[in-house]
Amino acid sequence: MSISFSSQIVIEYQHFDQLFAALSELGYKIAAPTVREGAIVYDEVTSVHELPCGWTDVQNAGGYELQKRADNALFGYNVGPHSWKKFLHPPSLKLWEAQKNEQGFEICPEVNEVPRYAFIGVRSCELHAIKIQDRVFMEGPYVDSTYEKRRKESFIVAVNCGQAGETCFCSSMNTGPQVSEGFDLALSEVMEEEKHYFVVSVGSIEGQALLEKIVHREARAEEIQLAMDTVDEAREQMGRSVDTFNIQSLLIDNHDHARWEEVAERCLSCGNCTMVCPTCFCTAVEDVTDLTGEKAQRVRRWDSCFTMDFSYLHGGSVRSSVKSRYRQWLTHKFSTWIDQFGSSGCVGCGRCITWCPVGIDVTEEITHICDKDKNDGIT
Amino acid sequence: MRSDPMCPNIYTVEKMAYDTHDTFTLELVAQQENQIVSFMPGQFNMMYLFGVGEVPISISGDCERRDALTHTIRAVGTVTNEMSKLQVGQHLGIRGPYGSYWPIHDATGKDILLIAGGIGLAPLRPVIYHIIANRSSYNNVTVLYGARSCKDLLYQQQWEEWQQSLNFKVTVDSGSNGDWNGHVGVVTNLITRKDFAPHNVMVMVCGPEIMMHFSIRELLRREVKMDDIYVSMERNMQCAVGYCGHCQYGAKFVCKDGPVFCYADIQDSFRKREL
Repeated sequence: MSISFSSQIVIEYQHFDQLFAALSELGYKIAAPTVREGAIVYDEVTSVHELPCGWTDVQNAGGYELQKRADNALFGYNVGPHSWKKFLHPPSLKLWEAQKNEQGFEICPEVNEVPRYAFIGVRSCELHAIKIQDRVFMEGPYVDSTYEKRRKESFIVAVNCGQAGETCFCSSMNTGPQVSEGFDLALSEVMEEEKHYFVVSVGSIEGQALLEKIVHREARAEEIQLAMDTVDEAREQMGRSVDTFNIQSLLIDNHDHARWEEVAERCLSCGNCTMVCPTCFCTAVEDVTDLTGEKAQRVRRWDSCFTMDFSYLHGGSVRSSVKSRYRQWLTHKFSTWIDQFGSSGCVGCGRCITWCPVGIDVTEEITHICDKDKNDGIT
Repeated sequence: MRSDPMCPNIYTVEKMAYDTHDTFTLELVAQQENQIVSFMPGQFNMMYLFGVGEVPISISGDCERRDALTHTIRAVGTVTNEMSKLQVGQHLGIRGPYGSYWPIHDATGKDILLIAGGIGLAPLRPVIYHIIANRSSYNNVTVLYGARSCKDLLYQQQWEEWQQSLNFKVTVDSGSNGDWNGHVGVVTNLITRKDFAPHNVMVMVCGPEIMMHFSIRELLRREVKMDDIYVSMERNMQCAVGYCGHCQYGAKFVCKDGPVFCYADIQDSFRKREL
């Protein structure tokens, strides 16, 4: 059978491990969801057995818990604390090393070995997050070579969400739950009675070629329908929503809203929301020297706009209050990001809500700050 | 030039001279030939001192000069304090030039008003060089320069030459101990009606935000259009190419959208507290 981009293919559950074998054979390092220390994280795996088979997550504002499912679903959960940015935009990256010499010093650029990653189980919101970071790192006046190399080498196996979490709001951000583009292969996991299979769409020539190496067959109309039904279920379960109408100007106009002060009283300024966010890209550029003073190196590591150092200028911080730092984060994400990169910086994955230690809910804050009918909050 | 924007090129200090008690000017030559990249007035470089760190510094030299790169630096932090100890022959890392520049082309045929406060004269000096070299392209040219005291005045040996081509006025905030016979008071006091036509002038302002704020207020009062006022902004800059996020100023990145902004484009953000 020949596979075309419009074909819908079925891979049976018992053949799914062939996907891992085929990717390994092509030299890919496989990164996939796996259970570590009570959470589903993304890490390098070698076989299908490392996936969170039969696990699900229960999420709410400031809460995350794994639970056993009644079935052996491989993708029966939502997003955890990790996102794929840890592979594409590494948390810490050495940029170069400098060595003292007789005349002064010389600089040796770091030749970072670029792993070829295959990402398995990329959700629709996460595909949108990757596209957003593409604009930051590859579509501006300067191209970030590390990101670009990693990105161009990656193979993406997306998965449609069959359920939505309590903190999910991708429907509001138009980023899911249905996978639309930017993948090599896209899966829907279907379980009916005794059957367990994946309905697969093809998104690239590479995806098409890979499928040829895996036992598959053409999907039947009712199987395609069942796959679509699972996404509809996720859409109906969406735990949160947010009204994005006019949000770009409303956030700017409500710069002095009393709610900023109120949320600042709860916010710990810990930066968790920026660490778990799949689009937050800010970094610190650090120069460090070894103890002998002979060698120095420059390292780029993830930074957060919630730290005091972030806006340091002339002996002080431009944003010294928690209020101004929370406002910077939220306004950047939902408003000025649009000016800068042509889209919202939020994909509605809900991680910032789940992983906030005090359960601050960005959708709730936006509702208060952008409420056009209520002027009582304007100071 | 290396393609990686984060990797500095090595330069050698050719001249090092103190302009004031805390400010010095470095002239640098590239260790490898053909590395001096052309720049525009108002652009900046990231300057790296081995084992200490990196800071953004505006270029204060002449764009037409290709034999050396000139930076005027005030020793105020860890890196700039260490740089103040540099000697001829020592090495620095340079990457750049980065950022937007003063509107020297849009200003042709118009009156020019440059307003500088303190070290803010350094990023405007390339404009002065350009105007003097192309004097016939511009109408009345006025430079208003304010500093804290006469001990803080930059480039005094060049004033006489400048005064032959343009109207150069200086003021100091305090000049009480008899060593200063010139203007005393804030730089905005030097803005006068006869120096420029409000509807045919290009204004470039560089200095502390509070000084730029009062200068702009005075200019607007005199009916200069917001579109004709340019300012140079400063924020924390670490990468200089728009990745690190530190220099965000409302929707702008100071490193790549600035540091020179048309006031009309940032008026909503300007002086907004903790933006």
